[in-house]
Amino acid sequence: MALKLIRQALNRHRPPPRMWRVQPLKKRYDVVIIGGGAHGLACAHYLAKDHGVTDVAVLEKSYIGSGGSGRNTAIIRANYLTPEGVRFYHQSVKLYEDLTGELDFNVMFSQRGHLTLAHTDGDVRTMRRRAEVNRLQGVDSRLVWPEELVRLCPLLDLSQHPRYPILAALYHPPGGIIRHDAVVWGYAHQADLGGAHIHQQTEVTDIDAGNGSTVQGVQTTRGYVETGTVLNATAGWGSTLAAMVGLELPMETFPLQACVTEPLKPFLDPVIVSGSLHVYVSQSDRGELVMGASIDPYASYSQDSSLDFLEGIAGHVLELFPFLGKARILRQWAGLCEMPPDFSPLMGKTPVGGFLLDVGWGTYGFKASPICGKTMAALIASGETPDLIAPFRLSRFAELDLVGEKGAASVGH
Amino acid sequence: MLILSCPNCGERNVSEFRFGGENSPRPQSPMAASEAEWAEYLYLRANKMEGVQVEWWYHQAGCGLWFLAERDWVANEVVRTYTWEGVCVASASETEAHDS
Repeated sequence: MALKLIRQALNRHRPPPRMWRVQPLKKRYDVVIIGGGAHGLACAHYLAKDHGVTDVAVLEKSYIGSGGSGRNTAIIRANYLTPEGVRFYHQSVKLYEDLTGELDFNVMFSQRGHLTLAHTDGDVRTMRRRAEVNRLQGVDSRLVWPEELVRLCPLLDLSQHPRYPILAALYHPPGGIIRHDAVVWGYAHQADLGGAHIHQQTEVTDIDAGNGSTVQGVQTTRGYVETGTVLNATAGWGSTLAAMVGLELPMETFPLQACVTEPLKPFLDPVIVSGSLHVYVSQSDRGELVMGASIDPYASYSQDSSLDFLEGIAGHVLELFPFLGKARILRQWAGLCEMPPDFSPLMGKTPVGGFLLDVGWGTYGFKASPICGKTMAALIASGETPDLIAPFRLSRFAELDLVGEKGAASVGH
Repeated sequence: MLILSCPNCGERNVSEFRFGGENSPRPQSPMAASEAEWAEYLYLRANKMEGVQVEWWYHQAGCGLWFLAERDWVANEVVRTYTWEGVCVASASETEAHDS
């Protein structure tokens, strides 16, 4: 690092090279990835690194990381409920652990532990089940009682006063938070070095599926691009893009809101989640409390903030930390979540040749970015669906073989 | 905030209702329908970005009626609501026009 700084100081070519370059839009690419978020950029990176596929374009209608990748609450964890889900997210956490080295960019992954609170006997039973499923898959996760909770998070209100007293919690030590923008930029940097072209402000307006059986190219706001492989790696607009090739997908788009408070002194080490209260809260490195809640009550593509959300989340956070009564909210925002009926994503091939999916990422997409990139890259390069993502295939709905992931955050269950 | 007109109770705030998702018609002959048709009815949704969508709503904090609403996704306005038998209830603006 120091050497790099000195070299940079002596370098005549200033300012330093950009993280990624602006390239001309070619007439043809082997692979077109729609969506310049962590998923799409990770896929571009692993295509080049693992498989030597370099003729790749990432098309982003706004700026990279402007969608779900920059709007999530940056929580990473693997303590899900279904064996399929746990296996998958476990691989993702492992990739995140080495990501700073892999991308040569500090993504500030802080594995500070993750607590999912149980407020009822039913919750305790669910947490116990999750802990056992996690352990069977080799994920560090266990049930902790108030005696230990007091040590893990001393300022949490463990009294019997709140409407939902805390009985126990699922403790997941490898869980934590990360700098989500750094993940996007790091992947973009490496994808660019690997040969992929990143095109911002390039919106896909139509997908040419020939006679409806195989993808021929995509129409963008900057012209037509010929290609045989299109990866739909968007969040929120997955159905819109699928409709361009005549596919209907099993999901509905809901907004999800989040907010941060003003910076406070460090008091909260682990990430705290409560399903009953529909809240998750963590303290960032700057001291801001990053808080998220459940999806909005009805489907829409609106990214507006609402007072309803703010009132709800403030009430819930005060149940956990009553002393925060005077803390002020700094900002509030919304992102789009595509919710499939079983809270598991849609990944892999579709009936349309060359049109691949990496959508339906609901409230759990960011934490899966590295493994999604890796598995989708493997699928594109080899044409074979990796075992890890086979349970998430689109055809599971017609086969009535759903993966009911009730361990997903902010889903009403 | 979104205002819905319950066919029984009239105009109420959205917080009284529960969203029941996009309307998806049941297979015409359930006994003869294939698994693919069932999957389409149960799971597949248009999820359109714009235009008017027909969707189910439940008056949870009111009369307990499940009814249909046509909502404009861009303007975020309910165009009209009606019961499943197709009994239409005039939208807010139409009601006012009739009164005056």
